Amino acid sequence: MIVIENLYKRFGKLEVLKGINMQFNAGEVVSLIGPNGSGKTTLIKAILGLIKPDKGVITVNGATVNGSPAYRASIGYMPQIGRYPDNMKVGQLLTMIREIRNTSNQDTQLEEEFNMDLLCEKPLGTLSGGTKQKVNAALAFLFNPPVLILDEPTAGLDPLATEILKAKIAQEKKKNKLIIVTSHVLSDLQELTTHVAYMQEGRLIFKKDLPTLQRETGEEKLGLAIAQIMRQQKNTQG
Amino acid sequence: MKLTRYVLYDILRNKIVLLYAAFLFLITAGLFQLEENSSKAILSLLTIVLTVLPLVSLIFTTIHYYNSYEFIELMLAQPLSRTRVLLSEYFGLVLSLLGAFWLGVGLPVLFYSPDAIGISLLITGSLLTLVFISMALFTSVHARDKAKGIGLALLLWFYFSLIYDGILLMLLFALSDYPMEKLTLLLSALNPIDLARIVIMLKMDVSALMGYTGAIYKNFFGNAYGTIFTLGVLILWAAFPLGLAKRKFLKKDM
Repeated sequence: MIVIENLYKRFGKLEVLKGINMQFNAGEVVSLIGPNGSGKTTLIKAILGLIKPDKGVITVNGATVNGSPAYRASIGYMPQIGRYPDNMKVGQLLTMIREIRNTSNQDTQLEEEFNMDLLCEKPLGTLSGGTKQKVNAALAFLFNPPVLILDEPTAGLDPLATEILKAKIAQEKKKNKLIIVTSHVLSDLQELTTHVAYMQEGRLIFKKDLPTLQRETGEEKLGLAIAQIMRQQKNTQG
Repeated sequence: MKLTRYVLYDILRNKIVLLYAAFLFLITAGLFQLEENSSKAILSLLTIVLTVLPLVSLIFTTIHYYNSYEFIELMLAQPLSRTRVLLSEYFGLVLSLLGAFWLGVGLPVLFYSPDAIGISLLITGSLLTLVFISMALFTSVHARDKAKGIGLALLLWFYFSLIYDGILLMLLFALSDYPMEKLTLLLSALNPIDLARIVIMLKMDVSALMGYTGAIYKNFFGNAYGTIFTLGVLILWAAFPLGLAKRKFLKKDM
């Protein structure tokens, strides 16, 4: 569904992406992990067309990123921190995004479970970080998109909201969607993950499915397996 | 443009634009009340319009752009083109600031002095608003840092309202032995605030107050052509920075 070929990006002197080749397919729930500054968010922003790569090509469902913006209709994006116009009300934001997307194929489940109707009249500037995350999540899932990109989705959410979101992701996973999750808190979403992509210093170290990973590291739990790999990486570097 | 509506709504909800409109209204109505002669009032108003309008347009646009940064990012993650997102930001700003100008200055001027001078003041004021919103959008799109963006906006204002005239005067003084008409014509076209002043002065027919550049315009074009030329150049001044801002915005990393 998403194919990334030979992607390079540098910000000034800092080379953030150093030749990424990667493929994401329908039905996968990919945990995109890596230390801070490894290029995860940059990669996601490149897929969304928010940053322009120096070299390389990304295609989403065959459409090249950097051409028509229409391909983004198939992507639901939940940003790391959602900041909105302070004066806009929650209800207006939802109405506005509905008008922009202009599709009848709507999925209001998260909107209902997060009780957005109670927030409708509240200006976005007065919401707490966690509540904004709920708004983000509701927006990302609202149009039933075949691709979901969630950047640190559970950061700032309370346990109840996290469970609601997890249940939702599990439900979408069954519909053969592609779900990409960046997260450093592995335990939160590990039971949903089918693949792990590990990035470090702008390179993709590997992308493997869960059974392979468990077999290779000899660890049953994803968190321990990742820790094992990070340790190995460190040793080979040092 | 659905997006423009939301940008506009956001701007109107923060009350600064309304305050700006009220401020302009008080000053304009006050000047007409104080001055017996309405063309004298227009002259004082002109000075205020030429200083306050560019400053408010520049600063308000810059601050609004940086405050909407995350919102713009959210819009760009939707199936919308970058041009459309930038233009809705632009038109939202234009509509709100023009609205404030017409409420604050337009209404009293149309009430007290609904003649050619009044109308040309309103037209040039509107164009100046467009010009400085375009310029501020251009600098904001270029500078990533908010403080730098505001600094650049202020610098533009100082340049066009103070520094430029100083340089122009120095140049004219130093080269006073040579025929300077055409050069002056060209140089004043390089400053939208000067152009706006000339448009009004051509209408007012007060040659003593017109200053050197105004007199040259009058001699060179006569009233009608001078006005058309200056208005045309002002429109270019609005379009050009907007075009540059768009070009940069299309390539920009968010």
